[in-house]
Amino acid sequence: MDNLSLLMGGFGAVLTPENLMYCAIGVLLGTFVGVLPGIGPAMAVALLLPVTYGLDPVAAFIMFAGIYYGGMYGGSTTAILLNTPGESASVMTALEGNLMARAGKAAQALATAAIGSFVAGTIGTLLVVFFAPALASVAVEIGAPSYFALMVLAMVSVTSVLGGSPLRGFIALFIGLTIGLVGLDLNTGQPRLSFDQPLLADRIDVVVVAVGIFALGEALWVAAHLRRSPAHVIPVGRPWMSRLDLRRSWGPWLRGTAYGFPFGAVPAGGAEIPTFLSYITEKRIAARKGQDEFGRGAIEGVAGPEAANNASAAGTFVPLLALGLPVTATSAVMLAAFQGYGIEPGPSLMTDQPDLVWALLASLLIGNVLLLVLNLPLAPVWAKLLRIPRPQLYAGILFFAALGAYATNLQAFDLFLLLLLGLLGLMMRRFALPVLPLILGVILGPLMELKLREAMAISGGDVSGLWSEPLAIAIYVVVAIAVVAPLAVRRIRPTPAAVAEELQAPADEEEKVR
Amino acid sequence: MSTPLDTHPDTPGAPAAPAAEPRRDMAQLGLAAALVVVGAYTVYDATTLRIGFGDPVGPRVFPYVIGAVTVLLGGLLVLATLRGDVPEAEGGEDVDLRQPADWVTVLKLVGVFMFTVLTVSSLGWAISGAILFVGSAWSLGSRTLVRDVIVGLVLSVTSWYAFHEGLGVILPAGILDGVL
Repeated sequence: MDNLSLLMGGFGAVLTPENLMYCAIGVLLGTFVGVLPGIGPAMAVALLLPVTYGLDPVAAFIMFAGIYYGGMYGGSTTAILLNTPGESASVMTALEGNLMARAGKAAQALATAAIGSFVAGTIGTLLVVFFAPALASVAVEIGAPSYFALMVLAMVSVTSVLGGSPLRGFIALFIGLTIGLVGLDLNTGQPRLSFDQPLLADRIDVVVVAVGIFALGEALWVAAHLRRSPAHVIPVGRPWMSRLDLRRSWGPWLRGTAYGFPFGAVPAGGAEIPTFLSYITEKRIAARKGQDEFGRGAIEGVAGPEAANNASAAGTFVPLLALGLPVTATSAVMLAAFQGYGIEPGPSLMTDQPDLVWALLASLLIGNVLLLVLNLPLAPVWAKLLRIPRPQLYAGILFFAALGAYATNLQAFDLFLLLLLGLLGLMMRRFALPVLPLILGVILGPLMELKLREAMAISGGDVSGLWSEPLAIAIYVVVAIAVVAPLAVRRIRPTPAAVAEELQAPADEEEKVR
Repeated sequence: MSTPLDTHPDTPGAPAAPAAEPRRDMAQLGLAAALVVVGAYTVYDATTLRIGFGDPVGPRVFPYVIGAVTVLLGGLLVLATLRGDVPEAEGGEDVDLRQPADWVTVLKLVGVFMFTVLTVSSLGWAISGAILFVGSAWSLGSRTLVRDVIVGLVLSVTSWYAFHEGLGVILPAGILDGVL
């Protein structure tokens, strides 16, 4: 129960009127940006990072927590009302959610999504409260070799397990690692890949990379393929649920949470698999009860995956806080944000900065409550945002992307870098290269090199030092399984994405997964 | 995930996809070439580094490995492309992949953005940012110029003040120095 009292201490630090205001602003801004078409939660957090500059870390974290949950909820609103998931995690929500909306039940779909997110987010965050410190106390003992192995695991799993094409995943990863090389070498202080530019020797700011790839890349890609006829938006009133809806939703919420959290918490996670599992489970249970509305807009099909999505998002805080390993694009951007405050997530974070960690966890819970309180009444307003004319919308995204990248260092050169990275993002979308491995490469590459050198310095240059710890060996075994298993599974059964496509095919609508 | 219709070849390099012939995305070879060049340069750049003392790994090993694998991936991509690997271009809310790509609009946007890069220090954020907004909206097909100018100016001036007052970040005022 020690953790609970520490969490209460976190609440004590967070619950001031000023901080609550920051949290509310964060929720509103996050939802606002997350609802905008074409913007997923990762991009929302990246675009809104500059807003938190100049705040002290606690206030900034509280605002982040709001932005984070707001961005996630905004994404599911778009998925339900437009049938266009902003990221792979909300593909499953979009399936039944949009059917519900078309059947005139948009209000119930949004309500079950919002309350399900709240339930799953709260349970998930409480689980983080119990798991992360335990994991961190184990993690402090982890030596450089095992830490290096863990990073290999995170990269391999994100690259080969989650993506559709391992080759493209690895191409993206190595582009990211190359970007991570730019700048001064950590040990000898020599510039690498810097073309004699002093500004490049300072390393490329991860925020500039994230904003460039996510925001600018997306805007340029949309510009190349702008839909001339506007997408159809389903009007919505204030979300509400009948007692029957509630009775049908709570089971899926809890089961979705149970699926989502473990997948988020392991370094091979992501929300794609648990949302899919939740969808399939709810469909089977509904069929067994003889009330299968799936395919015609079943509320279970929204409640379950949406809860799984949010529980998984909460779960990603376990590896992020305890090990410093981000496993989703959003947590990668969060990690960059922490680094911006001079906070290095990792095993020592819990012991070095316990106040901040508990304040962050408390703000996640508060952000969750505020999300529910603010967004249920505001849903009709958010739905109107979907009607912003596209030229102005994407011009606005370019404007704020430039503002964010520029405000970091006030260097016009950063804007130029942003443009180059935006063109890289455009190219990645053209050639279907996944974004997450690239971001992971940029963030983890330098850290990986540091740990490699540490491990080798300990072993005196002997390569066998890399597997000198039992844990490291165990992790490499898992890496091997992570590489082999998907190949084997793919032969037996189709990937979630393929099933989603199959389910979606009759609807005859273009669809995006990545 | 896209329906087959969506992965329409949208580059001049790609053949017009007659059903009998396996479709190839020749533009992908350009990406492969870029990977080989980047990888090779990474390796070359590493050879120019001096090795420090008491550091068995040194600053070269990581770039060597990354560069070499990048070259290798470029080679694998060539093979994959020739064997008929076609990328599933990314769809999205506002993305219509059935139309051929409109690279002119992209070029216009890049031009507008480049203008902002070059002028932001001299003209100041309030002016440059507004031009960025108006120029981008115009490039994307907006024809409500007066409204865009007003919106752009409001956005840029508001953000200048918000960063100045709220966050203590002083964006350059440029030619409006003293006015703002």
